[in-house]
Amino acid sequence: MYDTGKIVTGLVIFVAIVTFPIWGSIGGPSELPKPVIKESGRCIESAEFMRANHMQLLDDWRNSVVRDNERIYVSETYGTKHDKSLSSTGTSLVNSSEEKKSCMSCHSNKKEFCDSCHDYASVKPYCWTCHIEPEEKI
Amino acid sequence: MEDSRREFLKKAGVGSLVGLGVVSAISVIAEKTSIASSVGDAAADASGTRYGLVIDTKKCIEDCTVCSDVCHAIHNVPDHRLPDGKPDLKNEIKWIWKEPHVNTFPSKSGEFLSDDLAKKHHVVLCNHCKEPPCVRVCPTKATFKRADGIVLMDFHRCIGCRFCMAACPYGSRSFNWKDPRQADNLKVIGKDTGFDREFPTRERGVVEKCNLCAERLAKGLIPACVEKCPGKAMTFGDLNDKGSEIRKVLASNSTIQRKSELGTGPSVFYIV
Repeated sequence: MYDTGKIVTGLVIFVAIVTFPIWGSIGGPSELPKPVIKESGRCIESAEFMRANHMQLLDDWRNSVVRDNERIYVSETYGTKHDKSLSSTGTSLVNSSEEKKSCMSCHSNKKEFCDSCHDYASVKPYCWTCHIEPEEKI
Repeated sequence: MEDSRREFLKKAGVGSLVGLGVVSAISVIAEKTSIASSVGDAAADASGTRYGLVIDTKKCIEDCTVCSDVCHAIHNVPDHRLPDGKPDLKNEIKWIWKEPHVNTFPSKSGEFLSDDLAKKHHVVLCNHCKEPPCVRVCPTKATFKRADGIVLMDFHRCIGCRFCMAACPYGSRSFNWKDPRQADNLKVIGKDTGFDREFPTRERGVVEKCNLCAERLAKGLIPACVEKCPGKAMTFGDLNDKGSEIRKVLASNSTIQRKSELGTGPSVFYIV
């Protein structure tokens, strides 16, 4: 066989490259994002629910607000009333002052909160092409 | 054998004719019911709320632009400018603006028009029609008529086809050819100066128009143009409520609607 050395070397390099996804992950998965919440306290539903369902909830909100003019959300877990609002604050229809909040009132750090997971999961929601995110002081 | 073949062809021919007839009949019936239901929605509203406006053009101050300034400010309507600072008319976005009398009422401005009217500009905006043609043509139902008569847009769903702009006989709709946030008055977003953070902007490629201040009505406020008009030329109210102020104004004045002959049923009335 001619060029045995070159062929074997080439094969070894080829196999090494092809199997990279297998041996490349030996060190464990890349670091999971840790979204930072600036304000302490509870969300409108449990954290587990929000983690799994916030996208569905926001979609339901936008349809019911725009189409049906139903602008108040009653928490299924806590029974409290909240404005169905992503980013507007101070426009509350709810009378209690502590509940005059939108999502971005507590989660005011879009970069550390929303973007950290969305970037990791390569999800690109187009909320902020129209809605205006809170000003961030970095 | 010859006979059965002939029979088969006959039956197949008759069968396909019957089939075609049934299919076309079904499609005609389906079309009729869909038209009937879209008209029926509007007719059903007669018992509910139908928000409208009366604009007293005699009280409207010529050269005053307060209504459109306020509206465009609170709704983050982009003000595109050419490099020399003049308005960029090709990319203009309008929710409420002024038109010359002859353009506002082309079918009602006949011969021997008075000099005053010939020179007059009227406030125009979306008419929030009873039978809105824009809603009828929208392929994604991005624009729709709410139960209270407001013709609204769901910007999330607009695909920018501009059928609604072709359908609207009033030119009440504007298309975002350019990114609205590139406009001079909205460029500052993110720096917290000069724009309203409470109301979203739109994005490039969607149509926009007056929403009759749906977001203010939800808080129990009247539309901003009506509230801020220095001449108190505008009256807002429920056209279906016989005791409302707007009905009193309509009852005691001679009013006209824009291009009412088209059957759109505009909810904006003018005292000329």
